[in-house]
Amino acid sequence: MNDATRNSSLAVPDVTGAERAADGANAGPIIQFKDVHKAFGPKVVLAGVTADIQRRKNTVIIGKSGTGKSVLLKHIVGLLQPDAGEVWFDGQRVDTLSERSLTPIRRRVSFVFQLNALFDSMSVGENIAFPMAQNPRGRRAGRKRINEMVSECLGLVGLAGYESKNPAELSGGEKKRVALARAIAMDPPPDVILYDEPTTGLDPQRSDSINKLIRRLQDTTHATGIIVTHDMRSAAEVGDRILMLNEGRIVADGTPDEIMNSSDDRVRRFVQGEADPDETPG
Amino acid sequence: MAYTAGRVHPILAPIAALGGSVTRGLSTFGDFWVFSAQTAMYSPLELGSPRSWRRMLQQAYAIGTRSAPVLMLTGAFVGMVLVVQGWEQFSTAGFADRLGAVVNMSVAAELGPVLAGVMLAGRVGGALTAELGTMNVTEQILALRTMGAEPIRFLATPRFLACLLLAPILTLYADLMGTIGSWIIYAFVYGGDSEPYWFFTRTTVEMWDVGVGMTKSMFFGGAIGLISCHMGFHTTGGAQGVGEACTRSFVISFIAILALDLVLNLVNNGVYKMLFGNRSLF
Ligand SMILES: Nc1ncnc2c1ncn2[C@@H]1O[C@H](COP(=O)(O)OP(=O)(O)OP(=O)(O)O)[C@@H](O)[C@H]1O
Ligand SMILES: [Mg+2]
Repeated sequence: MNDATRNSSLAVPDVTGAERAADGANAGPIIQFKDVHKAFGPKVVLAGVTADIQRRKNTVIIGKSGTGKSVLLKHIVGLLQPDAGEVWFDGQRVDTLSERSLTPIRRRVSFVFQLNALFDSMSVGENIAFPMAQNPRGRRAGRKRINEMVSECLGLVGLAGYESKNPAELSGGEKKRVALARAIAMDPPPDVILYDEPTTGLDPQRSDSINKLIRRLQDTTHATGIIVTHDMRSAAEVGDRILMLNEGRIVADGTPDEIMNSSDDRVRRFVQGEADPDETPG
Repeated sequence: MAYTAGRVHPILAPIAALGGSVTRGLSTFGDFWVFSAQTAMYSPLELGSPRSWRRMLQQAYAIGTRSAPVLMLTGAFVGMVLVVQGWEQFSTAGFADRLGAVVNMSVAAELGPVLAGVMLAGRVGGALTAELGTMNVTEQILALRTMGAEPIRFLATPRFLACLLLAPILTLYADLMGTIGSWIIYAFVYGGDSEPYWFFTRTTVEMWDVGVGMTKSMFFGGAIGLISCHMGFHTTGGAQGVGEACTRSFVISFIAILALDLVLNLVNNGVYKMLFGNRSLF
C-alpha cells in the first residue's frame, strides 16, 4: 500500500483483513534489510544482514541469545539506526527518516517488547488503550469504542476483567499477555506486528495458546508478523518462514520443515539445542 | 601490528581512556543542551493544552505538594540555627534587635533558595531519575516512541515545568518557616524582644530580596528538572544502573545549584547597584 492509497483508506471506517488480503497490488516484501551493519562501541552486533520479510506472512527469527535479534527488530521502526546499509518499510527507506516522519510508519506497526514495556504509571486498561488514544483515528472512534476494544483484547489473551489492575500486580506471564493485548488492540488492526519473544516465561499451555493466537491473528487480519523466539516448537507452529541470525548475519532462511531438517551444522545444533563445540566447557 | 578501534597499545591505554571519557563527557554535555532545548520548546504546548494538564497536575502533586513538609522543616531549622549561631555575637555587641533582620535577609535571599534547592534535588531529582531511568531500562520509553508519543514532551516537559514553577513557591514556604523558626528561638529561647525583631525585619528585607530568592529558586528548580530527566532518559544497565544514575543526578544537580547561585549572585549585585546603589544592613 503506498502512502496515497493508505491515506484515502483512512477515510473509510474500517479496513478489514479480507480487504487487505484482496489488496493484491502490493505483492513485494513489506520489510527489507539491505546489508545492515550495527555496532555498539567496539562490539559488532549486525555484520551485514540482508533479508526480505514477506507481506501477510509470519516470519520467525531464531538465533542464540545476544546475536542481535532484538536489535534487528528495533531497526524496523527506527528505534535504532544502522551504521551502514538500508532498512525499507513498504517501499520507503526508514533508516534516514527523522523521528517525526517515522510516526506514520509506527502507527502501522505494533511492537511487543521483550521486557513488555508496560507503563507502570497506568492501569492495564489504560496501557492497552494508550496506542489507540495516541492515534488520531482511535481518538475519533471515541472512548466507548476504545473501551470495547480493551476488554475484547484482554479476553483474547485470557485476562478478561483485568482492566483496573496495575502492571506491578501481575505475574511475568500476565504482563507478557497484557503486552500482547496492547499490540493487537488497534482498529484497524496493525499491518505489522513485531513480537520479541512473546512466549518466553510462559508455561507450555499458555505458550501454546499464545502461539495459536498469533497464528489466528495472522489468518484473520492478514497482518505481517515477525516473531523472535528461542523456542523451536513455537517457531514451527507460528512461522511460515524461519530466518536464523548467527554472529550478525542471516545464516539460514527457509520453511519450518527446511530449517528443522537443515544440514547446516549451526542450524542443526540450534534446533536440537546442542552446545557449540567452542562453547563446551573443558 | 595494526591497532584498530578498541585495541590500543598498553602504553597508550591511559591516554586513550582519558580521551574516551573527555569525548563522552562532551557529547553528554552537548546532548544535555539539545534535550533541554526540546523540553523547553514543548513547554508552551503543554501549558496550552487542557489534555496535558492532567499529566502536569500529577507531577505538581508528586513534586510540589509531597515535598512541602520536608522543605518547610528545612526552612524552619535554618532559621533556628542562624539565631543560635548569631545570638552571642549580636547581643554582646548590643545589636540583638537587629538579629532578625540579618537572619531573615540571609534566609530570603540566600539560604532559603539554596537549601530548598538542595533538598528538592535530593527528594525530587532522585525520584525523577529513578522513575524515568526505570522506564528507560524496561523499554517503556522506546514503547512510547513506537506509539507515536514524543517521550520528551510526554515525560520530561511536565516534570520540568512542575519543578520550574513549584520551586519558587516551595522556597516561599521554606522562607516563611525560617522566619517563624528564627523568631521562636529568638523570642522564647533567648527571650529577645519581639517588636524590634519584626520591625527591623520589615525595614531591612525588601521585596527585592524575596524576589531574588524566588528567581534563584526558579533557576534551581528548572536545573533539577532538566538534569534529573536527562539522566533518567540516559540510564542503562538495569536496576544497578538506575541506582547509580540517581546518585549522579543528585550530585550534578547539587553542583549546578551552587554554580548557578554564584552566577546569579554576581548578576544580582550588579543589577542592584545599577538600580539602587550600595546598601548596608546597618
Ligand atoms: N542500546 C544498546 N547499547 C549497547 N549495546 C546494546 C544495545 N542494545 C543491544 N546491545 C548489545 O547488542 C547485543 C545484541 O543484543 P540483542 O538484545 O539484540 O540480543 P538478542 O539476540 O535479542 O538476545 P536475547 O535472545 O537474549 O534477547 C548484545 O550484546 C547487547 O549487549
Ligand atoms: Mg532479545
